[in-house]
Amino acid sequence: MSKNLIEVTNLEKYFEISSGMFGRNKATVKAVDGISFSIPFGESLGLVGQSGCGKTTTARALSLLDPKTGGDVNFYNQETESMQSIDELDDVELKKFRRNIQMIFQDPYESLNPRWTIKDIILEPLNIHNIGELKDREEAVVEILKTVGLTPPENYLPRYPHELSGGQRQRVSIARTLIMKPKFVICDEPTSMLDVSIRISIMDLMLNLAKDLEVSYLYITHDLAVARYMCNRIAVMFNGKIVEIAETEELLKNPIHPYTKRLISSIPVPDPTYDRVVYDLDYDELDSIIAKDTENIGMIDIGNEHFVATHDVKGLL
Amino acid sequence: MSQIVLKVDNLNMHYETSEGNVTAVKDVSFSINKGESFGLVGESGCGKTSVAMSLLQLQADNAKISSGSIVLDGQDLVGLSENELRKVRWDGISIVFQGAMNAWNPVVKVGEQIREAIREHYPNNSKLENTDKIASLFEMVGLEKSTMDRFPHELSGGMKQRAVIALALSCDPKVVIADEPTTALDVVIQDQILKEIKKVQELLGLSLIYISHDIAVIAEMTDNMAVMYAGRIVEKGPTNKIFSSPKHAYTRLLLESTPSVVGEKKKLRSLDGEPPSLIDYVEGCTFSPRCPDPTEECKNSSIPMGLIEVEPGHFADQCCVNCK
Repeated sequence: MSKNLIEVTNLEKYFEISSGMFGRNKATVKAVDGISFSIPFGESLGLVGQSGCGKTTTARALSLLDPKTGGDVNFYNQETESMQSIDELDDVELKKFRRNIQMIFQDPYESLNPRWTIKDIILEPLNIHNIGELKDREEAVVEILKTVGLTPPENYLPRYPHELSGGQRQRVSIARTLIMKPKFVICDEPTSMLDVSIRISIMDLMLNLAKDLEVSYLYITHDLAVARYMCNRIAVMFNGKIVEIAETEELLKNPIHPYTKRLISSIPVPDPTYDRVVYDLDYDELDSIIAKDTENIGMIDIGNEHFVATHDVKGLL
Repeated sequence: MSQIVLKVDNLNMHYETSEGNVTAVKDVSFSINKGESFGLVGESGCGKTSVAMSLLQLQADNAKISSGSIVLDGQDLVGLSENELRKVRWDGISIVFQGAMNAWNPVVKVGEQIREAIREHYPNNSKLENTDKIASLFEMVGLEKSTMDRFPHELSGGMKQRAVIALALSCDPKVVIADEPTTALDVVIQDQILKEIKKVQELLGLSLIYISHDIAVIAEMTDNMAVMYAGRIVEKGPTNKIFSSPKHAYTRLLLESTPSVVGEKKKLRSLDGEPPSLIDYVEGCTFSPRCPDPTEECKNSSIPMGLIEVEPGHFADQCCVNCK
């Protein structure tokens, strides 16, 4: 097996909420509750689940936008050629680390500054990290625009985001992300706002760039059909926990966890003759099984690197 | 032969803008039988929603219907006065809007907003009758009766969407238009809403027009469908036929660009380029610039366009049919 780029162990992100007079009633929301996974170099992992299951919170914790509240995140350090915990980084190292980890957001209409030109937008990360001379930076911008298929670059440099279509804007987001030559890119539903016709070309672009630039993705989506196209492995998330994780085709052909079955059977199939039967599942029941089983929180390997949460695997296998 | 509820004939609609006329709907014809569900599919800006708005006569002020007719139950809706239209809207034809999350007035209880619509169309009903009606509508779409006393912000996205469906059904319409009713929802909720729409449609024998860009949803929801491109219908017919033997190059590309979780993993094809600008309508095949293998003939702007019947009930644009 190839080397891991990132290893996440028991990642936790809890939010304190308070209600009542003067906020006297305190409660904790366990948005991400002890999830573990690893991503080898050049591979991509899909994180799928319904709205509110903690996918985006995981992304924000990994990209250090929101500090995690527990668990370990280890990242491969190219200088020392070993895994390094992100907690041990000092300020200088942290800035370097941030270069290697980038994020593409869901909404190409709101993630680009409307008052900046495309050139300014893509140049900004280079300026922040003080990379190269101004001339080199401008050349890099032209180069990256070609890479993401916005040609000829001269036509795009002086334009503003509102002059571009949704697909072109998302290409600009990808260009801004890749100009730092990151090793790890977190994609939060990058194609869900796009039209069917451009969706595939953006996904193909990302797949090709992953191959050429050796980038690993954490690809967040609620659509398993999209995840199947993009990812080597898929992790299924339910209420802040990963319930099943396996190689993509293995997961789709041989789902074990009832929630995975439910999710797969909910996807419409583009074939009118196909008779889709939805796997029936009572969420409250599943919720209470998970809540009761506080001891049994691990995952077991059922073969082929296919891991299933242990809480109610009994009786289902 | 079953009964035709809605018949749209050679509908042409354009928007008058400062840059010229935008032909949003060009020579669109289709008809819908009682109890049938009809799908309208295409990418953004192809004219799907413009068709829906024309059916309700709710188009924007700068939109002009230059020719064509929309006949609902023997009555032509084009050219009716605002007062006559009020009777038809909701009563004859109603719509589940795209942004249903924002379709509610935030300061009025959900039930009251539905009551308002019923009162307008059935002024003689007593208050109790209306309450019973709303309760039974909510039950039909899988909501609890007590939901009618709640404010929109107290409901989740899926619940709001269910309530919008109840609202669309409130005046016993003959035709319901569903304009991308599940786009903002995640897959599991989408699946529940689709089931609900299907159930209600079968129960009430409604005619449904389902508008979506997602061809997988169209496959599951509709009996017949039409594919729109740049304001025209380029292919229409029974959904099964179109999926098994698509005749238009655009339909084929749409089908090949949709990922699925079932079956072998296949390489998807991307649809490069963008739809043409509809300002000052161009003659000839509008799809030829994006067509994967256009002939010299296709690029010629004098090529005749228009649907021809390729097999019983299945129509496709003659340009693409003759291409092969």
